[in-house]
Amino acid sequence: MDFILQGLTEAFRLLLAGDEETFSAVAATLKVSCLSMAASLALGLPLGFLLGYLRFPGRRKIRMVVDTLLSLPTVFIGLMVYAFVSSRGPLGEMNLLFTLPGIAIGQTILALPIVIALSATAVESLEAGLRTTLLSLGAGKYRLMTGIMWEARHAILAAALTAYGRVMTEVGISMMVGGNIKWHTRTITTAIALETAKGKFAMGIALGLVLLMIAFAVNAGVSFLRRK
Amino acid sequence: MKSFIRFLMPMVLAAAISAVPCLPAAAGDNARLLMATTTSTDNTGLLEYLEPYFEEAAGIDLRWTATGTGKALELGRNCDADVLLVHAPPAEKEFVKNGYGKNRTQIMYNDFVIIGPKSDPAGIKGKSVLGTLSAIKEKGAKFVSRGDDSGTHKKELSLWEKAGLQVPEKQNWYIQTGQGMLPSINIAEERSTYIMTDRGTYIKYAHERGGNPPLEIMVEGDPVLRNQYSVIQVNPENCPNVNAEAARKFSRWMAGQQAQDLIGEFKLMGKTLFIPNARQ
Repeated sequence: MDFILQGLTEAFRLLLAGDEETFSAVAATLKVSCLSMAASLALGLPLGFLLGYLRFPGRRKIRMVVDTLLSLPTVFIGLMVYAFVSSRGPLGEMNLLFTLPGIAIGQTILALPIVIALSATAVESLEAGLRTTLLSLGAGKYRLMTGIMWEARHAILAAALTAYGRVMTEVGISMMVGGNIKWHTRTITTAIALETAKGKFAMGIALGLVLLMIAFAVNAGVSFLRRK
Repeated sequence: MKSFIRFLMPMVLAAAISAVPCLPAAAGDNARLLMATTTSTDNTGLLEYLEPYFEEAAGIDLRWTATGTGKALELGRNCDADVLLVHAPPAEKEFVKNGYGKNRTQIMYNDFVIIGPKSDPAGIKGKSVLGTLSAIKEKGAKFVSRGDDSGTHKKELSLWEKAGLQVPEKQNWYIQTGQGMLPSINIAEERSTYIMTDRGTYIKYAHERGGNPPLEIMVEGDPVLRNQYSVIQVNPENCPNVNAEAARKFSRWMAGQQAQDLIGEFKLMGKTLFIPNARQ
């Protein structure tokens, strides 16, 4: 069991010594999660707002679909995206297989329901009086929307962080669509899977800890900005 | 408006923190070769060892994705790889015959071995392969199978058939892992069972256990245990976008003197893992 302790010391060694392979995997993870988070927030926040704010027929049904999609298994997303971006698939000509943008497509599909569902809930749970208050203050439609989003900011931020956590840690999509190609599409999670397959458990644990440290840095950064 | 910007700020910054260098990934170019290969060539470290030599000799950026032979062939069929390095001769010949691949070139071989716990519950040590399988089945001794359509799995299935035995499926002594070679050996070790593995991965495993692994070689040297690796170029007639030129260069280089010598010199714990045989 000494590989647990070894993993811990190895994690610090990898980071402090600037191990090239580790940093390549870290960079791949950050690049791809950046792409997928940008896409899922850009699409998901407005949709989540509309879903939480507007009252229209069929809204509950849409809500149910979105909530169901929260359970999408990552390997299934990976397989579906593979089917689309494979050379034989409908998007084959875009050469997305075994690339980071290809992984990002899958991760966006993963994160989108989370962003939509949680931000819709955040908007729904605001006081009903807020709308009247804002309107009575002479807010236009746009001001009304931004005002409501502003009031829900903490919950929406939590939604974004939840989605970020899911995107950073998934392995099914990265493996299936990215192919775990060294120096290119090897992310931290696929590297952990590989090191485990190689029987290098200490290295796997070290990489897991590296991932946690990045997550901590992101959360600390967000928390710092929130306080300002 | 100002509040909205202030609200978006943390998110944009969170994205920016993760954006460090948010570059688009390189799209297909001629100097890039994508190979689909098996877990054994990757897990043993052979490819990492060969890569710099090939890149220097050919000026081609070699990338690979390591899966089972079954999935590697599927990637070739779907035109998602330029070249394959696999080890399941009957499936490979079928693949070439169906027009998905061409110029199948033998590169190297090693052999499969059947390993098991020192106590040897089915008493198979030194038996022939066919006798071993019958004994395992008769005694109901636990046996781990890859169960993942990999080259090793295909080989194992063919051995049951050769022994005139029905391929086990639901018997509770037959454990199908669906995982790669080393993870499967680890499962076999945890549960003290027999398992068939390629010798290269076994040496790697023994090396990681400090040369004193709980699972030892029980059966080896039987001619039916030969494990042949070949390079197949994905057929450009089936896949027009494939990097056929680089695939041809790789195939030639692997069969050439330099790579053959390098493969022969590749050792772990002083043991040769793969024996080059492109010239035979």
